[in-house]
Amino acid sequence: MLTKSQAKIFFLAGTIIFSVLFLGLSYDTHVNKHDDQTNADKITPEVVAGKHLWESNNCMGCHTIFGEGAYYAPELTKVIERRGAPYVKGVLMSPTPWGEHTSGRKMVAYGFSEEEANNLIAYFEWIGNVDLNGFPAKPKYEIKKTK
Amino acid sequence: MKYTTQKVAYWFFLSALGLLALQIVYGFIMGFAHMGMDGLHDFIPFNTARAVHTNLLVCWLLLGFMGSAYYIIPEESQNELYSPKLAYIQLISFLAVGVTAVIAYHFNWWEGRKFLEIPRPLDYLVVVNVLAFLFNILMTLFKGKKQTTTALVLTMGLLFSALLYLPGMIWFDSQTLDSFYRWYVVHLWVEGVWELIMGGILAFLLIKITGVDREVIEKWLYVIVGLTFLSGILGTGHHFYYIGAPSYWLWIGGIFSALEPLAFLAMALFALNMYRKGEKKHPNKTALNWTLGAAITSFVGAGLLGAAHTLPNVNLYTHGTLVTAMHGHMAFWGAYAMIVLAIIAYAMPNLTGRKLFNNGISQYAFWLSNIGMIGMTVAFGVAGVAQVYLERILGVDFMETQKEIEPHFLVLVLCASGFTIGITLYIINFFKFGKPTDEALVAAS
Repeated sequence: MLTKSQAKIFFLAGTIIFSVLFLGLSYDTHVNKHDDQTNADKITPEVVAGKHLWESNNCMGCHTIFGEGAYYAPELTKVIERRGAPYVKGVLMSPTPWGEHTSGRKMVAYGFSEEEANNLIAYFEWIGNVDLNGFPAKPKYEIKKTK
Repeated sequence: MKYTTQKVAYWFFLSALGLLALQIVYGFIMGFAHMGMDGLHDFIPFNTARAVHTNLLVCWLLLGFMGSAYYIIPEESQNELYSPKLAYIQLISFLAVGVTAVIAYHFNWWEGRKFLEIPRPLDYLVVVNVLAFLFNILMTLFKGKKQTTTALVLTMGLLFSALLYLPGMIWFDSQTLDSFYRWYVVHLWVEGVWELIMGGILAFLLIKITGVDREVIEKWLYVIVGLTFLSGILGTGHHFYYIGAPSYWLWIGGIFSALEPLAFLAMALFALNMYRKGEKKHPNKTALNWTLGAAITSFVGAGLLGAAHTLPNVNLYTHGTLVTAMHGHMAFWGAYAMIVLAIIAYAMPNLTGRKLFNNGISQYAFWLSNIGMIGMTVAFGVAGVAQVYLERILGVDFMETQKEIEPHFLVLVLCASGFTIGITLYIINFFKFGKPTDEALVAAS
């Protein structure tokens, strides 16, 4: 029958072993694998400026990127591939809430300057080229809207 | 033996319930917005409502954990709290930081990283605050007559929570690394060290309510927290599948996160077994309901519903959809909200001397909030699965998919109304207890 001290050893040994393994794998991910898998050499000052804008406006509070964020507005990992840069730029620079005149949801009118919009597009372009192990998956079927 | 400084806990519990009430209000704003009714958009856009909703959750749970520690540690260490004055200062400053952050979110001031939206200058204040809390708890333990396993596990959970907050404060130019280390905080909190806190509180409640021998309960506490770390640490890998991290995380994360329900299953079996073995003489049936409820619901919400979409080939389609919201709501409710409500239900009669535990209002509070939460989880689940099939499998546009699943949010809001009535009854009962008194604590001893 398991004693309390054996249970304590199970807890302490398990915690230490798995913490060490986790830290080792984290080190490998960060130091050995990250740069190649994410094209880190393409993280330009514009991409970094875009990331600052992404965070300072809490875009993740409605959208997802890499599938992370909120589920109120579209996934943006491949937004440049899906919509094209000019469309995205139009949304970002819109002086009125995007979607106001449609039945869809409204986006806050951030009214970004051209430079800010370009930085965000540079950020999305970098994001779109990161190797994400197959995410987002291509839909298995193609269906047509009938009405 | 009871200690008069335990009454500090009351003010933490009161504040926690206040923030819970506010969290629910913002939840409704989001629910209506998902139904296409976003009339408040110009004042409270969705990203504000969401940041407030999730951050208030974290704040009230932390206040609940701190209140639990202020109640449990003096009793376990057989010593008055080191400094009640420091505890009050810490509470007021914590609330000031929390309220400032909530107001800031309405004026576009935040860090904009999921769950860690709090603006950076306020982050430093949180760190100072938590250090003050830990100092108070550790000094109480250090000067106490006993250092029990229950107290040590609870304290260890709180200490690691503070340490793990730090990786989330590092800036990375790369979104991949940013996300990678953000999960050090978020995952290792909720699927790691917070389970220590939950386990500590659960063990304390089981010792008090069932009367089962402390040695037996604490032995199993070690096994459960051991299982938590055995699966939960490498289980962090399920957040690394699709963020630009190496593909070995797919199978490491898959295997270990599939094991994560084991810890919750052990917790549920442990609680039920201790109850069966116990004397069943403790009069506070409401605290018992919340305690056993927490153990069972956390297994369903955090364990089963998490496992349902944790394997990489499933998660490839469910990642970033409402399926996550389904799991998240019941997991947080079962594992953390219910255990905080359990300790409050247990502590209030002892703090105030009023035996309002088996009245109708506290029973309705328990059942209505739980049935409401189960309904909300089902509504999120149906909406999430429909979203996955329409958008991810059939390739329907995001916004068109959202229009199709709007009716499920009506069901969500209706169930949330039942949940809200339950929580309102809980809060009314809390106020009926009145304030804590030294006489009550002495009498309870």
